[in-house]
Amino acid sequence: MSEPASKGVLKVLILGATSAIAMAVERRLAAEGAVFYLVGRDPERVRSVAADLRVRSGAAAYADALDLADTSGHEAMLRRAVAAMGGIDLALVAYGVLGDQARAEASYPAAARILETNFNSVVSLLTWLGNYFEAQGKGVLAVISSVAGDRGRKSNYVYGASKAALNTFLDGMRARLDRKGVHVLTIRPGFVDSPMTAHLPKNKLFAQPDAIAAGILKAIRKRKDIVYLPPIWGPIMFIVRNIPEFIFKKTNL
Amino acid sequence: MPTARLRFESWGRYPPIETEVLPLHWMSDFQAARLPQGDLLPVGMGRSYGDVCLLDHGTLLTARGLDRLIEFDAETGLLRCEAGVTLAEILDFAVPRGFFLPITPGTKYVTVGGAIANDIHGKNHHGSGTFGNRLLRFELMRTDGARLLCSPTENAAWFAATIGGLGLTGLIAWAEIRLRPIVSRRIRSVCEKFVGIDEFVELSRAAAHVNYSVAWIDCVARGRNFARGIFMLGQHHDQPEPLTTSAKPWLTFPINLPEFALNRTSVGLFNTLYYNRQFAKRAETLVDYEPFFYPLDRVLDWNRMYGKAGLLQFQCVIPWEDQKQAGITRILEEITRSGLASFLAVIKVFGDVRSPGMMSFPRPGITLALDFPIRAQVSFALLDRLAEITVEHGGKMYPAKDARMTPRQFQAFYPQWEQFQQYIDPRINSAFWKRVTAHV
Repeated sequence: MSEPASKGVLKVLILGATSAIAMAVERRLAAEGAVFYLVGRDPERVRSVAADLRVRSGAAAYADALDLADTSGHEAMLRRAVAAMGGIDLALVAYGVLGDQARAEASYPAAARILETNFNSVVSLLTWLGNYFEAQGKGVLAVISSVAGDRGRKSNYVYGASKAALNTFLDGMRARLDRKGVHVLTIRPGFVDSPMTAHLPKNKLFAQPDAIAAGILKAIRKRKDIVYLPPIWGPIMFIVRNIPEFIFKKTNL
Repeated sequence: MPTARLRFESWGRYPPIETEVLPLHWMSDFQAARLPQGDLLPVGMGRSYGDVCLLDHGTLLTARGLDRLIEFDAETGLLRCEAGVTLAEILDFAVPRGFFLPITPGTKYVTVGGAIANDIHGKNHHGSGTFGNRLLRFELMRTDGARLLCSPTENAAWFAATIGGLGLTGLIAWAEIRLRPIVSRRIRSVCEKFVGIDEFVELSRAAAHVNYSVAWIDCVARGRNFARGIFMLGQHHDQPEPLTTSAKPWLTFPINLPEFALNRTSVGLFNTLYYNRQFAKRAETLVDYEPFFYPLDRVLDWNRMYGKAGLLQFQCVIPWEDQKQAGITRILEEITRSGLASFLAVIKVFGDVRSPGMMSFPRPGITLALDFPIRAQVSFALLDRLAEITVEHGGKMYPAKDARMTPRQFQAFYPQWEQFQQYIDPRINSAFWKRVTAHV
């Protein structure tokens, strides 16, 4: 497993490899024989996901256990990924915390933890990866944000703010790197039936992780800039964004 | 970890029980500190018909999230995977690589853990035994933190107790099975009409060397058509052909049918058409494995056909020692007289391969399985009579398909239940187990 992958095989870096959406993306790419460098916090989980992908794809899948919220290990990890796979074609950022809105309202450290994980630490990775892809003149940077970033809502505006900042950052990065051949994709999923939302009651708006994964891969193939998943969230968020503030501030959304 | 209060239905949708559900995604989710208080029960797809996969007053641990493959040897067909992987997923993976399940039940939408816990059997039981017979090893996780690697030689008592142990001995974390090589998706199938149990037994004996055999039996026809049916044989096709992946099912049963839709006339008509679909006494075809093994899987949620009330299954095995198959004949007569039978009725000969499972259902003899719609009083009374006949003829009933047997009947079928109890995890229980071990 130590030799670099041959040319022609897609080299995929997954940051937050054990999240439900990431795992669904990985399974779909494994069926096409991709090579993976998987990063996640829990060593046992990353190892078990890597083993699964190796069995399914017959190709290499490297496991790297790292807490991505801590930026100090980022650069060394990214260099390990490049060395292991012999490059990176696609990087998917798939980690984040929903956080506890009530605690984040009550104390700044709780709010800061959400912002640092969902925004600051992602910026650290995107900075390195953006420069790496710019230098090689190609690459795909796919980043999972959220519809929550489209407007601050009473029920989770701290999480929403972290994603709004991320969306803005990605818009600018896209404008900078698109002309250099780099594809920057902002993924805005709605509600997903995953461990992150296990405690929430489910309704018809909840999508399965695999449906989101299919949408992500389609958006990558079509070189989309921003994708709402499932697509119904596009029109929903158009309406939400256009509700006048004097009405919106009265809602409990 | 958070739980959600849900209506978790077994395949028969009876009994209706609302319960807390906690999905497991990783093996490490199953440890005392992360689990809720009260009784627990690990479950898979909930495809058993009655209440072995239900728990009132407690938390169901749905293990579907443990769906990762761990190791596969393309030379030997050895597959190790987490216990929440379904047989459908194994087929999707294995068939294009030239392998097939060693044992499969009539639906592929069950998990490996569920297949072990119910020690499922298939159309090749007469030659190959149960899922437990083809199991190399598995890991059992107990709520006290113990992790037991179980095989016929390591922790053999736990191996035996967990096979057919209805999920009560702990969480099955992963398992290792050996797949069988195939060169074609297709099955060479022979269908032969018969009338009467004697002719069915004769056909079964003559086909003892064939991989797969099962028969559909008409439980409505009376008089000279009593116990008529179609005996179906199958053998893996031996001519190499492209091994593609199966298409996804596209048909979902759209509504709950009203109660009156299934009645003696509609089922009788269906049965007559089905029996006479084949004009010749004997017909040979090459069919894809999907319709051969999983005819009903093509329609998702087919249990809605039975309406909101749900359905009851009855499956018994009557041993050969029973003179002249008197028990099977009595049961068939009782069903025919009731007019309650559905068209989903199958009869099969179980072979004498002994399962390692302590509480395993199959034993040498004739097994009969069929569905009944739930009709207040009528179907319950019929099922109670069928269970009594089974007791009288030295047979037993299948917990995975039961929602009715009494403690007395269960304990007559499974006298080893008291010995089994010492292997039950003290934190695990099920609605079934409470029912059949209640004091009478």
